[in-house]
Amino acid sequence: MFSPVQKFADFVTYNIFKIPQNSKLASAVNFFIFDTIKIFILLFLIVFVITFIRSFFSPEKTREILSHKNQNILLAHILAALLGIVTPFCSCSAVPLFIGFVEAGIPLGVTFSYLIAAPMVNEVALGLLYANFGLKIALIYVLSGEIIAIVSGIVIGKLNLEKYVEDYVFKIKVGDVQIAEDKKTLNQRLKETLEFTIELIKKVWVFVVVGIGIGAFLHGYIPTGALAKIAGKNNPFAVIFATVLGIPLYSNAAGIIPLVSEFRRLGISMGTSLSFMMSVTALSLPEMILLRRVLKPKLLAVFVAIVGCGIIVTGYLFNFILG
Amino acid sequence: MVIKILGGGCANCKKLMENAKKAAEELGIDAKFEEVKDIEKIMSYGVMRTPALVVDEKLIFSGRVAGVEEIKEVLKKEA
Repeated sequence: MFSPVQKFADFVTYNIFKIPQNSKLASAVNFFIFDTIKIFILLFLIVFVITFIRSFFSPEKTREILSHKNQNILLAHILAALLGIVTPFCSCSAVPLFIGFVEAGIPLGVTFSYLIAAPMVNEVALGLLYANFGLKIALIYVLSGEIIAIVSGIVIGKLNLEKYVEDYVFKIKVGDVQIAEDKKTLNQRLKETLEFTIELIKKVWVFVVVGIGIGAFLHGYIPTGALAKIAGKNNPFAVIFATVLGIPLYSNAAGIIPLVSEFRRLGISMGTSLSFMMSVTALSLPEMILLRRVLKPKLLAVFVAIVGCGIIVTGYLFNFILG
Repeated sequence: MVIKILGGGCANCKKLMENAKKAAEELGIDAKFEEVKDIEKIMSYGVMRTPALVVDEKLIFSGRVAGVEEIKEVLKKEA
């Protein structure tokens, strides 16, 4: 699919810029042009498709589905984690979503399964992973994110931590929900999906290009395997280190993922790279600050600890499976 | 007409406020604008996604930044 893009990158590098073949600069420039075009094409397609699917689900509807009484609790966790992927979610909305769910009588653990899955399985990350590594790694990313969300939610539910939710949360009365999202025509949906996709890409493109730029530099100038000793399979602490490092880096998520393929080439293992990426997208500092408004510090700490452990375990597991 | 923007004051909320003001101005509607940041008040409209647009106490939509043209359509209907 991308051989025309490669031809274009070759043409620009060797014929327009006239950079001698086999030089380090040529390798970096060629990589940058090819990767930028490829990643933006795939990013656009994937974000568009996911956004379109999402337009059929709203948190209001999710709340209704999850609040059905006498539902099997495991099923509720699985459902919550799945709905977490497809419902539109901006971290600004974490607080109202949390209150809305708890108020509807959805168990705390199930609410967390949803709240963890939503940012963890991120459409931009998914798009970029698919662009860089193909379907298998992208699926592994989705699946491990889902499992972490389900297991973390179950653990939080078992710990009976309701008393660590800020008291005012239970006192809020949520008004009737009456949004006519279902009545949209297909054309309206497609138009809104396109607008949203363009908005999103406008927001992240700088990070993506900077990420590819750094990747291109590494590609041309740093030899393969340079980091294998520090962050390769044989360092037992690499995964933990990568997870902790990812927490404060939220805003750069879109820039880090194009780098992951370069990390791999330099010798950082797949599990370590995945842990880093998941920690960047799911344990972000801004979201924790928002969640502090509804969670007492102890519950917030439990949340971070459980999700962090889940990410670390996933990292080791994938280092073990994929090498 | 009273137009309210519900939201915690993030970039999306500000953008929606801007668009709403522009829409009212272009239509020549004399509207009062209000920013609702109090979480209890936001929840009382049943909103779980911000930003949301409320016109004369009626919730129009939530969770996205509508464009000026779309808000104009809404305001024409509600006026």
